Amino acid sequence: MDSSARTLPHRFNRPGGIGFVSYVIVAFAILWSLEGAGWSVDRLLSSPPKLADFFSRAWPPSTHNLERLAWKMVETLQIAVAGAAIGIVLSLPIALLAARGVLVGRGVNLVVRIILGFIRAVPDLAWALVFVVAVGLGPFAGMLAIAIDTIGFCGRFFADDMENTDPGPAEALTATGARRIDIAASAVIPAALPAFVSTSLFGLEKAVRASTILGLVGAGGIGIELKVGFDLFDYPTAMTVILMIAVVVIGVEQIGAVLRQKIIGPGR
Amino acid sequence: MQVIDLQANGLCKRFGKAAPVFLGLDFSIRQGDCVALVGANGTGKSTLLRCCLGLIAPDAGRISLLGMTMADLGPAARRDLRARTGLVGQKHNLVPRLSVLSNVIHGFLGRHSGPRYWVHSLAPAWARAAAMTALEKVGLADLALRRADQLSGGQSQRVAIARALVCNPRFLVADEPCASLDPQAGEEVMALFMTLVKREGVTVLFTSHNVQHALSYGDRILGLQGGRIAIDAPSADVTPLEMAKLYG
Repeated sequence: MDSSARTLPHRFNRPGGIGFVSYVIVAFAILWSLEGAGWSVDRLLSSPPKLADFFSRAWPPSTHNLERLAWKMVETLQIAVAGAAIGIVLSLPIALLAARGVLVGRGVNLVVRIILGFIRAVPDLAWALVFVVAVGLGPFAGMLAIAIDTIGFCGRFFADDMENTDPGPAEALTATGARRIDIAASAVIPAALPAFVSTSLFGLEKAVRASTILGLVGAGGIGIELKVGFDLFDYPTAMTVILMIAVVVIGVEQIGAVLRQKIIGPGR
Repeated sequence: MQVIDLQANGLCKRFGKAAPVFLGLDFSIRQGDCVALVGANGTGKSTLLRCCLGLIAPDAGRISLLGMTMADLGPAARRDLRARTGLVGQKHNLVPRLSVLSNVIHGFLGRHSGPRYWVHSLAPAWARAAAMTALEKVGLADLALRRADQLSGGQSQRVAIARALVCNPRFLVADEPCASLDPQAGEEVMALFMTLVKREGVTVLFTSHNVQHALSYGDRILGLQGGRIAIDAPSADVTPLEMAKLYG
């Protein structure tokens, strides 16, 4: 074929006026944010020696308090599992109210989604502070913080999962006169179940990560040991805590990935 | 005197600013009739079927189903009316992760609400027995506990038929029930479906792109073209040439 007779398409498209202005605005916003965040090349270049000094003082990790730290890690996992379990269970009815076209009208959907958005907008550490004030110091406050944080996460994604199910089975049941609650329970929830499991596992992973730092504000778990380690310049103990957190978080993520693969197959 | 199960007057429907799907449709279906709704793609067959069951509201016109005017009914009365109707779609529309038996038991949800009809494990004995009888009629009783997503296309459609028939509906709508099946499975499913509905005396409105199916299984042909009814005649009076013109 004679390729010279044919004009090849452009490799890139020239942006239009609005597109060009958008690129400029985004670039400006990033530069402005970097400046606001105190971007400093000098400080960045001077940090490796300080980091090396920290690691030299933190290594090897301390094994003196290993048993106590291990029990604190167990408490951390208990906070995460209990909080996530309560949050996941409570998320289902809330998600039914948030999902469009499943159980209730658009007005209720909107209100519930706004509430879920508010819950997600408040960081888990802030929820922990709130519950420390409400129920006192300790793991119970942490568990409540994890539960409410899980509701914000799972409630929204459970609702999205239900909205994304094939509408065919629900339509077939609607045509037989089934009530909305029956259609939700018989067709929508079973179809969304694999996605619920996946979302719940992500929720549990998120809860485990969050629970490791709740101790910073007195809401139980191993986070308090990390804070004390740094406050007392006991870097070897702080390093032990960091490594324990890393092992547990990575372990939970790996178990979650295997379970997801087994339950719903690849792709999510 | 003949009882009219479905009466449509002046039905109009359009989606957004697009051209109307149909304009001023008038037709009726007598009790026990089996009517084939035919027409090219985009002529509004599926939309019309859903309007007939009140799943989509028409922009104008009236639909009277089993003696009740759809637009006048509140949610509860509409559900009661729908409990006497059924829909068999081209995609089978089974709940994939549930068993065949649970899917058939869902057919009772129009008349019985609550967790006992959500899965077969909780269902009352009479409902399980009736569902098994329905499965026997479609030849799938031995697959009652198999998951719906592990069935072939033909088997899935048989289960959808069992679900639609389990609560003895009086009016059934079938939207291209064989469209997703290979020719042989399509023939078998269509023959089974028509045998069962005629034996039970169910009034049927079905769509099909298969001209032979429409002419051989339909007592009457309703042909849609250009948003209007181009053919409304007993199937014996409709020639293949007239049918071909609908798709021309």
